[in-house]
Amino acid sequence: MKARETIVPLFAALLLAAGPLFLTNYQQDLVVKVMVLSVFALSLELLVGMTGLVSLGHAAFFGIGAYVTVLASPEYDPGSVAVLLPLAMAAAAAYALVVGALTLRTRGVYFIMVTLAFAQMAYFVFHDTKVGGGSDGIFLNIRPTLGNWLDLASRVHMFYAALVALVATYGFLALVRRSRFGHALAGIRVNEQRMRAAGFRTFGYKLAAFTLAGALAGLAGFLMAANDAAVNPELLSWHESGAVLLMIILGGLGHLRGAVLGAAAFTLLKEALSNHGIVGAAADHWQLTLGVTIIVFVALLPQGLIGLPARLARARS
Amino acid sequence: MDFATFLVQCLNAVQYGLLLFLLASGLTLIFGIMGVINLAHGSFYMIGAYMAFVLAPYFAGQFLLMLLVGVVLSAIFGYVLEWAFFSYLYQREHLQQVLMTWALILVFEEVRSLAVGNDVHGVSVPAWLSGSVPLGELMTYPVYRLFASAACIVIALAMYWVVNRTRLGMMIRAGASNRDMVRGLGIDIRHLYRVVFAGGVALAALAGMIAAPMSSVYPGMGGSVLIICFVVVVIGGIGSITGALVASLLVGFVDTFGKVFFAEYSGIGIYLLMAVILVWRPEGLLSARRA
Repeated sequence: MKARETIVPLFAALLLAAGPLFLTNYQQDLVVKVMVLSVFALSLELLVGMTGLVSLGHAAFFGIGAYVTVLASPEYDPGSVAVLLPLAMAAAAAYALVVGALTLRTRGVYFIMVTLAFAQMAYFVFHDTKVGGGSDGIFLNIRPTLGNWLDLASRVHMFYAALVALVATYGFLALVRRSRFGHALAGIRVNEQRMRAAGFRTFGYKLAAFTLAGALAGLAGFLMAANDAAVNPELLSWHESGAVLLMIILGGLGHLRGAVLGAAAFTLLKEALSNHGIVGAAADHWQLTLGVTIIVFVALLPQGLIGLPARLARARS
Repeated sequence: MDFATFLVQCLNAVQYGLLLFLLASGLTLIFGIMGVINLAHGSFYMIGAYMAFVLAPYFAGQFLLMLLVGVVLSAIFGYVLEWAFFSYLYQREHLQQVLMTWALILVFEEVRSLAVGNDVHGVSVPAWLSGSVPLGELMTYPVYRLFASAACIVIALAMYWVVNRTRLGMMIRAGASNRDMVRGLGIDIRHLYRVVFAGGVALAALAGMIAAPMSSVYPGMGGSVLIICFVVVVIGGIGSITGALVASLLVGFVDTFGKVFFAEYSGIGIYLLMAVILVWRPEGLLSARRA
């Protein structure tokens, strides 16, 4: 079990690192998208899978990270990653701190809805006012760079930047899980009452997890903005919050691998089902096929994709 | 703002609030009794609106008959859907329900696109409701909107009667406050679920049919209304029909007057309302469930 937890991700990271050697441009772009969304999904996994807090407003922090990246970039020069990245993460974390402080007193379905409410507020600020170009969003004229040795305008550089971010986030969260803080979060997920009785100030732990998850979503937002060179309010919409939640449920809650697996499966499934070359005329109706596929997946695999090997092993014996 | 404008805005707010109530009352019951988070509830509204568009040519001049036929059709649809799909969701976790009903939205949207296409349609207001009444010296108010409000009030009263005065209503109320006890008392809960679900679908579709002549009928109309319905349900307290009514009107007024006074920030209004109410009362205004 332990071996699978370290060897599989390590092997996957090495395989990805060799990616630009044999992937076509189209495939590389797709993998970058998967990696960026994986960072986003991992940040939500910290909340949902590790702490048991189901947030339906996580896209707000993702979108804020992306918007801050674009808004803080100079118009005619490349912005510096060393400035923009911390700024994007700090802005997302700051909003998460405020939202968390106000929402963490509610529970269950109510928590789901208040987080949604705060995300919608952020969405409408960007959608209805002139702060970020209104409903059209804004373009990033020149992608960020770091000195002379990193230029996110280059496809290969973007690929490795996303890979480094993914590995760093994954490694960081794996460490968090093993730390005292991570164990406290697990305790809160299982039984918050008992944790409080044991002398833990659970509110502080939950707020710390919420803020941290916001910061990591800001990191994903930064990558998204750098990759797309544009932002629009849809990044903050509830569809996006819903989609990232779907990714981690689809992958399998409670495992970091599940979040990455879910992000990859969701993105690739959507891409494949809307590709004329793969499914032919059915590509025009990808929503139908995607919807039915998800229903079948969830019906057969309640544990998510990560439960697939165990399920197959059980079927064989 | 002069008095006539104020009155028009009040009427708009009430009409919008009542329409939301038709949607939210079904959602709150499905949520409160079956414990299912049904993201596809907005799709029933969309289906209702498209049903009005499709049925309208066959019922020229007989608008009320059309509404009746639509309600019966959608109730049957809801009954079958509960039997075929939703009854399998009750045993599952909330998160899986979210995932599966979200997927159901995609299916409904695509089926709608296959059946009637992706164009924006209009449904004409029936002739006998197409006038407008004068308000003050300058303003007029369309009769159809008054009709919509009146129809919603009639349905709300009928619902009040069913829920508070009939045996079925008694079971519904009991189911919302303690599901397991109802099952323990030997009530056929599966049948109750099916009836409540069919009723919720019929109410949502009716709201869609009533709304169709006022707004256009367009793809994705279910998505925007769904989130607002959840806001209503959560503000009102899960499982409470009275709470849903109060919250619907509150949301109607905040949204309508927000658009008048703070045009630029109007989208934020109802979410701000929800955040304030939930920070103040984390269980909503009138929750049916005792913790």
